[in-house]
Amino acid sequence: MARTDVGKLSFILLFAPFALWIALLIILPQLGIGYISLREKVGPGEYTFGFSNYVAFLSEPIYWNTLLRTAWMSILVTAMALAVGFPVAYYIAKIAQRRSRAALFLMCLIPLWVSDLVRAFGWIVILRETGLVSSLLQKIGLVSGPVELLYNDATVVMGLVYTVVLFMIVPLVSTLDGMDNSLIEAGYNLGGSRLTVFRRIVVPYAMPGIVAGCIIVFMLTAGSYLTPILLGGKNSMWFTEQIYEQFVTRYNWESGATFGVLLLVFTSFVVWLGLRLTGQSLASTVAKD
Amino acid sequence: MHDLQCESLVKRFGAYTAVNSVSFNVPRGSFFSILGPSGCGKTTLMRMIAGFEAPSSGDIRIKGKSVLSTPPNKRPVKMVFQHLALFPMMNVGENIAYGLRCRGENKADIGGKVARVLDRVGLPGTEHKQVSQLSGGQKQRIAIARCMVLEPDVLLLDEPLGALDLKLRERMKIELKQLQHQFETTFLYITHDQSEALLMSDNVAVMNAGQFEQIGSPQELYNNPKTGFVAGFVGDSNRWSGRVVSLSEGKVRVAIDGGGEVTALAGDNRIAAGGSVEVFVRPEAISIGGGRDEVLGGTVESLLFNGASSRILVRMDNGHLVEVGQAVMDGSVTVSPGEKVQICWSQLHGRAFTTAR
Amino acid sequence: MNVAAPQSPFLQWLYRGYMLAFLAYLAAPLFAAGMFAFNDSMFPALPWNGFTLDWFFSSTEPKIGMFHDRRLLRGLENSLYIGVLVSALAVAAGTCNAFLFERKQFPGKNVFYILMIVPLVIPGVILGISILVFASMIANGLEETFGIEWDFLRPGLFLVILGQFSFLTTITSLVIAARLRKFDISLEEAALNLGATRLRVLMTVTLPYLMPALFSAFVVAFLVSFENFNTTLMLVGSDAPLTITMYDRMVKVGSTPVLNAVSFFLMVGSGMLALLSVVVQKKDEPAT
Repeated sequence: MARTDVGKLSFILLFAPFALWIALLIILPQLGIGYISLREKVGPGEYTFGFSNYVAFLSEPIYWNTLLRTAWMSILVTAMALAVGFPVAYYIAKIAQRRSRAALFLMCLIPLWVSDLVRAFGWIVILRETGLVSSLLQKIGLVSGPVELLYNDATVVMGLVYTVVLFMIVPLVSTLDGMDNSLIEAGYNLGGSRLTVFRRIVVPYAMPGIVAGCIIVFMLTAGSYLTPILLGGKNSMWFTEQIYEQFVTRYNWESGATFGVLLLVFTSFVVWLGLRLTGQSLASTVAKD
Repeated sequence: MHDLQCESLVKRFGAYTAVNSVSFNVPRGSFFSILGPSGCGKTTLMRMIAGFEAPSSGDIRIKGKSVLSTPPNKRPVKMVFQHLALFPMMNVGENIAYGLRCRGENKADIGGKVARVLDRVGLPGTEHKQVSQLSGGQKQRIAIARCMVLEPDVLLLDEPLGALDLKLRERMKIELKQLQHQFETTFLYITHDQSEALLMSDNVAVMNAGQFEQIGSPQELYNNPKTGFVAGFVGDSNRWSGRVVSLSEGKVRVAIDGGGEVTALAGDNRIAAGGSVEVFVRPEAISIGGGRDEVLGGTVESLLFNGASSRILVRMDNGHLVEVGQAVMDGSVTVSPGEKVQICWSQLHGRAFTTAR
Repeated sequence: MNVAAPQSPFLQWLYRGYMLAFLAYLAAPLFAAGMFAFNDSMFPALPWNGFTLDWFFSSTEPKIGMFHDRRLLRGLENSLYIGVLVSALAVAAGTCNAFLFERKQFPGKNVFYILMIVPLVIPGVILGISILVFASMIANGLEETFGIEWDFLRPGLFLVILGQFSFLTTITSLVIAARLRKFDISLEEAALNLGATRLRVLMTVTLPYLMPALFSAFVVAFLVSFENFNTTLMLVGSDAPLTITMYDRMVKVGSTPVLNAVSFFLMVGSGMLALLSVVVQKKDEPAT
């Protein structure tokens, strides 16, 4: 019938851009780096295929140490972002008055609209040897000479938490906002203490938001480049930095692609593990506007 | 002459038959209702007439011409949606002018027609109001005006009063009927609310499980139901199940489950001695005291005051709870809970229908 | 009484203190970055030498303001160009995706839906290198087999746009689909019933309804594109957008207050855009 033909045509017209986008910009390029990562240059225009790039990665401790360090710090950043962000989200969603709630939420969102670069630059201005904190400390007389607060792990973690905490707060606020206060009331009414109510009612309810926030934050942190470089300096040992170096500085695409694949596989594995452990799915968490 | 005819309409969704061989004719200028519980297929039926669903088989004719091959935007039927579906991004005038613009009529004509139809629905000069500024009843009238300005052959209304509060709903029933009278257009009204259907319609079709149980005037349906479903669905009824003891001259003697025997009119011709039946007696047919041909004993359980539709609840000796409606609160009968009473009604007011058991 | 709040006054006070500290933490680097744009000094550092607008408008050495710095202006121009183009494309594709996933039923829909979300969780650096690698493979293949030179497949504006498009489309799709989900389909049926053609229904009912979402999707995409660094870094050619230019300046020349001026300009600009999108959505809310 004519109407089903129209339906089919519109389906094809809608599906085509989607298919082109996903195939040409996501799937094929990922296969492309997978392909490059398996190839080794033996001479000009001559290649062999095998896992030699991966073997090279494993046999060079500085590489896999960097990956492990990146993963470990990303997990740390994620945990800290949750610890810092949850009270804020809870305050916005459950405690603040109706009117101040929107304003607070907006205030929390403002840094989101400012480039990573500007934020990192701001921290540099505050924390470096000639920066605000150092000058202030000297003025008060707490220290006698300039203090360098940049280029250490604590600063990198602090800066990363700053960069990503908003992505934790937004999904948390939207799930906590949906929770009826009567659930908490019922919890107390049935004899729960503050801690049990929080642990047994609030946290399980917020779980999709927590998982969504953690996934986004973890991926953003593991994939971040500017903050670790600018706040951590040359010794920050961040994995994306290695990728950049292989690609741009050494022009060694094969090993750069290998690192890319490893980062992707590794972070996907962590995300998959997180979803598994919490019993959530990607569609139910990240895509929940 | 019929404005709308449906012939053996069937709609299947996979293995599920939503509308099963439905046929009916709606005479020109009449108010026709389809009454049924939710999920009975009435909305599917209406969507087929509007062209949003294609029937699996059967035919739909408007003014004698089949419209099956006509796409929904070309059919001469207009529809008032359940939640009215007024366009929130347009003001009242633009909403009403929408259909005229689609037809490509010129601006001056459109302005005049919009003003005239607003006049007719009693909201003159509201062209520039926003939809959100209107009250529920006004929105209702705009939704009707938006359709009527196109002078359709048939106006479909899909439970348009469902979203209104009770008081407004009562008023809108009367108003709708008047609007229909004024426009002299055929209305096909869909509802699950029997009072809406009875009050407004010239004819009502009672629909159940995809099929029409009975088509008739409101009085016929109320006083002379043809099936147990109609007897139970249209109006209030006491209902007891039992077994046929004997049958003669259209009257059935029924042994009610739990004890007691009553006589009632046979509602269908499948009734046979020993068969299972349900007996329906309307509350307003039953009164306290004796003196009529059917008498049962019981105990008053509670008094339910509700003005004209007040009831006495009587627990009969056989354990059934009966609603008694006649002469309850006119002061002629004074009873109090716990009192032993007799209830009675005329045989002609009882009706028995076969049940599939 | 709000049962969700802590009950003792001390704890309430503590909680409020925490919120203040958090907001201060959020504001600190933005404030620091913005503040030194107005300091009459050669370095973005204390002491405070007095207020000046030189870092915006001065045209003489050594203090060249941002509006006279040719490379920064060129970067800004590139950023605007990329941002507008890529956001328009992403909104168009996102609209298609929203209709595809909200209106159509097809086998494998859930898998495709996850595929649609995936670009958001792939690290930007990897999106960048994968598109770089893929485009180069095609370019090399064309060159070797057919002798055709397609320069736009080499790092440059075109690849930057593709790279940003690849993940911005996910964002726009989610924003537009969320709005489309709330759309009452009977509005379309009503329009159809009143005699409109399918195209007319789309133009007069569905798209006007989606307009606020299209607008905010555009703004979000534009802002994210404007501030994107990771993906862009891998794909950039000679036409660097502003963030890359700034980064180069920071690494090669070191920080000068002109970077603070750019930061301030960016903060004000994106703040206003974000505010505009909030206002548009707020204004629309009572109508729905």
